[in-house]
Formats: sequence, C-alpha cells, structure tokens
Amino acid sequence: MIKKFFDTIRPHFQPGGKLQSFHSVFDGLETFALVPNTTSKTGVSIHDAIDSKRIMSFVVIALIPALLMGMYNIGFQNYKSAGVEATFFEMFFYGLIVTLPKIIVSYGVGLGIEFVVAQWKKEEIQEGFLVSGILIPMIVPVGTPLWMIGVAVAFAVIFAKEIYGGTGMNIFNPALVARAFLFFAWPTKMSGDSVWVSTESWFGLGRQLADGYTAATPLGQAANGQLIEASMTDMVTGLIPGSIGETSVIAIAIGAAVLLWTRIASWKIMLSVFAGGALVAALFDAFGAAENVSAHLGVCQHLFLGGFTFGAVFMATDPVTSARTEKGKFVYGFLIGALAITIRVLNPGYPEGMMLAILFMNMFAPLIDYCYVQSNINKRAKRMKQE
Amino acid sequence: MSLFSKRNKEVLTAPLNLDNPVVSQVLGICSALAVTSQLEPSIVMGLSVTVITAFANVIISLLRNTIPSRIRIIIQLVVVATLVTIVSQMLKAYAYDVSVQLSVYVGLIISNCILMGRLEAFAMMNGPWESFLDGIGSGLGYAWVLVVVGFVRELLGAASLLGHEIPFISESDFFHNGMMTMPAMALIICGCVIWAHRAYNDREKK
Repeated sequence: MIKKFFDTIRPHFQPGGKLQSFHSVFDGLETFALVPNTTSKTGVSIHDAIDSKRIMSFVVIALIPALLMGMYNIGFQNYKSAGVEATFFEMFFYGLIVTLPKIIVSYGVGLGIEFVVAQWKKEEIQEGFLVSGILIPMIVPVGTPLWMIGVAVAFAVIFAKEIYGGTGMNIFNPALVARAFLFFAWPTKMSGDSVWVSTESWFGLGRQLADGYTAATPLGQAANGQLIEASMTDMVTGLIPGSIGETSVIAIAIGAAVLLWTRIASWKIMLSVFAGGALVAALFDAFGAAENVSAHLGVCQHLFLGGFTFGAVFMATDPVTSARTEKGKFVYGFLIGALAITIRVLNPGYPEGMMLAILFMNMFAPLIDYCYVQSNINKRAKRMKQE
Repeated sequence: MSLFSKRNKEVLTAPLNLDNPVVSQVLGICSALAVTSQLEPSIVMGLSVTVITAFANVIISLLRNTIPSRIRIIIQLVVVATLVTIVSQMLKAYAYDVSVQLSVYVGLIISNCILMGRLEAFAMMNGPWESFLDGIGSGLGYAWVLVVVGFVRELLGAASLLGHEIPFISESDFFHNGMMTMPAMALIICGCVIWAHRAYNDREKK
C-alpha cells in the first residue's frame, strides 16, 4: 500500500514533473519507507539486504527503552520533588509532554538543514540525522530551553557534519558536538544543580515547583565533595536526576542487547570501554586522594552513574567516528573508558567526563587505525623478506 | 612615476581582498584568535599591526641595498622589534586598559608571519613608497578580519560592542554564549569568514 502511494506520486518528482526540485525529499522519504529496489549494474559488489537507513532504524529502536524510561523518570523526579503521589501513567505522560517538543525541535532543525543542503548540492538526502536527532534530546538535561537545542543542533549539523562532507565523513559524533556546544556555550543551563528536574506544570500534569528548586546529579554531588544520596537500585533502574536518556542502566542494557544481536554495534568497543572505566575507577579507588569523593565512588557506581553506560553503548560505538581496525577498537574503547573516569575524578569542574572522552578519542581514532594498518604492513613486509 | 599609479593601487588593495593575509594566505592566525574576544582590542591590534608593517616596510626598503643577504633576517627583526617596542610603549602611555587586555600579543607582533612575509617578499625588492602602501594594505587586510571576528564574538558572547552593553538583547541568553568567548569559536568564525570570502570571489570570477 505504501509502495502504491509512492508509485502514484513519483511522476511529479521525476525531471519534468512540477515538483522536480523536491526530488531529493521524495527519494529520502521513499527509501526510508521502503527498501530501495536498485541494484548495482556493473562489477561485483558484496552487500546484504540492510542499507544504512535500516541500520539507523535499528539504532533508534534500540534507543526507545532508554527514552521511555527517561520520560517516566522525568515525571517521577517532578512528583517526587513536589512531594506528591502520582500514578505511573501520570508520571509517564508528564515526561512525554516535556520530552516531545525537544525531539520535534531536534528533528525539525536537523532534518531541515539536511534537506536544504541535499537540495542545494543536488545529492540524495543522507540519513545520518535519524539517530543524532533522537540522541540529542536524550543527552541534554530536561531543563534545556528549546531554542538552545535548536541552535546546538544547527551548529552540530553544519560544523560537525556538513562541512566534512555529510553522513559517513564526519570526524566527531554530531550529537556529542551538539552537547559540547551547549555545555561550553551556556554552562549554567547544562550543568550545576537546577536543570535536572522539570519544574513546570503542563496540561494539569506535573506540579509547579518553587523557583530555584535544586537537585544535583549524583556525580555533581560527588564533584562538590558531598556523599551520594541515591541508592544502588535507583541507579540501576534509573530513578535519579540526570540527562533524559542516560539514567537507566536496565533500559540501556536492553538497547545494547538489540545493537549487539543485530551486530550493528561492535562488542569490542563496548566491552573495552567498560574495561577501561572499571580499571581506572579501581585504581583511583585504591590510590586516589582521600578527600576526593569522586575518586572513591568505586567501580560499580562509576560505571552506572551519569552518561557512562549510555555513552559506551550508543555513542562510542558509532561506526563512523570510532576506530575501524579490529584491534584498534579495543584501544579506542579502553581509552574512552579510562579518560572518562579520569576527567570525572581529577577535574572538579567537569562532573561528567564521558562526552569529552568520546570526542577526544573520535579525534584519535584515525591515528589508532593508521598505527595498526602500518604495523600490519610492516609485519607482512618482514615476512616477505624472510621467504 | 606617479604616486598612485595603477600598480601602486593594486599593491594597496590586493591584500584587502584577494591576497588577504589572514583569509587567503592564512597568516597571523594565532593573534587573530587570541585578541578578538572583544571589538576594542581587535581594532587596536589591527591598527598596531598596520602601523608597524607600514613603517618596517619603509625602513627595510630604504636599507635594502645595503643589507648583506646572509644576515637580513636579523636586521629585519631588529627593525621590527624597535617599532614594536615603540608601539607597545605608546599603548601603555595612552591606552593602558587596552594594552593590559592585549598583554603579550603586542610584543608578539615581532613574530607575526605577516610582517616577516611582507619584509622578505616585498620590501626587499621595492622602493619605499610602494613598500609603504603594501604595508598599509596588508595591515588593513589583517585588521578587517580581526574587526569582523571581534564584532561577532563580542556581540554574541557578551551582548555588547566596544564595551557598551546593548539594551534589549542583553537580557537574552542567546547573546551570552560562553563558547563565543573561547578561542575555539574564533577559529570557527575565521573559517566562516574564509568560507564567505571564497564563495563571494568564486561568484565574481564567474
């Protein structure tokens, strides 16, 4: 039925049709809804039935548990802060109402720019923003104003993606660039203790909280030298203040399972991020300065708190910006985990280090690949000489 | 030869557009990133570089036939260093606040690639008047980029211009963008200026 619809409207978009200038929009929507039926005409190419739009869709599906849990958590935090009992559905729909505009703004601005650029360069629309568009609302605090998300998305899509040549060519993960832009441009709106709980009432759901209501994230508390209040159960289920999608370890684990089962994400990167984080967290726990609270959080808390799991599962494994050599993936992942914990512990200005660690290693991924490829070349050259 | 012959005009105007030291030759970037967080220091820095380039060019071009080529860099450095010291002292005497903001970057004009480039490439081979025009042109070419970057950064980073807060927009968070006050953003704005410049010139060519 969908195919029929596309077939009937296709003539308008072909050269000569009245809407031909929108052909790339049409192409984009058609290939999004249906598997493209073009095959290569010349040469031999090995390809399976999955194209990058399908890959992106799977990542979005994998993100959904974390997103739903994040919505519930927004409602939960609001009612908890107001001290009011509420049903599950009230909490969930409150979160939905708060989150939905962010997602719409993110997709609207991002896809708008992608469409314009594709039209302008007369290229196909690139599908990379499908994932970034949902990731961006999930990694910002719930208190971020909509226009800030819009500005950050525009910045990230233009400066982190389009100027490098679009999807597949970018060095840095666009979603993280958007977050980094927000983090450095408006630090008071992105960290601290007054942005993690939604304070307004929408459509009778939620409660208006007093101005200046504050609730720090557990990592924020640790960076300020306080002890963490949240219990281990809350950390695992995700009922702690934090960015929208990052709090629930269980929901992220479901997403990770989907990604690993469909083999979209690399298990090597995921595993080595956790290994690196665990090792460094253990080292700091054993040898860190006594007065530094973040140093003594212990391995489990470090791995479960903040954006660590979310970054490890959804950000570090981005196939475009991560290392591509198989051994390089271990190095890449390990250094992300190690750096993230190091930044958390040693820099009190940044309670969360995952964003900076991944961006930093994005930059080094090509270098890691280069080293491994060169060492392989050298090894083989030596073998040639011996024979 | 008349003072403003066709060639002399070109010497003066080429660095403003097609031969711009920052935008086309990508020289002098470090100071362009460091001093442009506000408009006022950008203007002062641009003017200082213009004055120093112009006079260094004149002096070197007067001396050009007597300088032994093996030690020419040292002599150029001595001339530039003298001029930089004079400008730096002048700034301290008459514009103390700005000279504090500029801090080491006035002294670092000595190592500015634009200066050495113009001395080596132009003043060593041309008469004093052409060299003077070339120095003014290059300096102003550098200055306008600084002013553009400084304007954008001060407007979006602090909602003010030349230190005066602008009413209405200063209440908006959009105009207090912390990223704009960092050198990283200056690099991106510089990139945007280069982008616009090239797009414009490509269109002119067609």
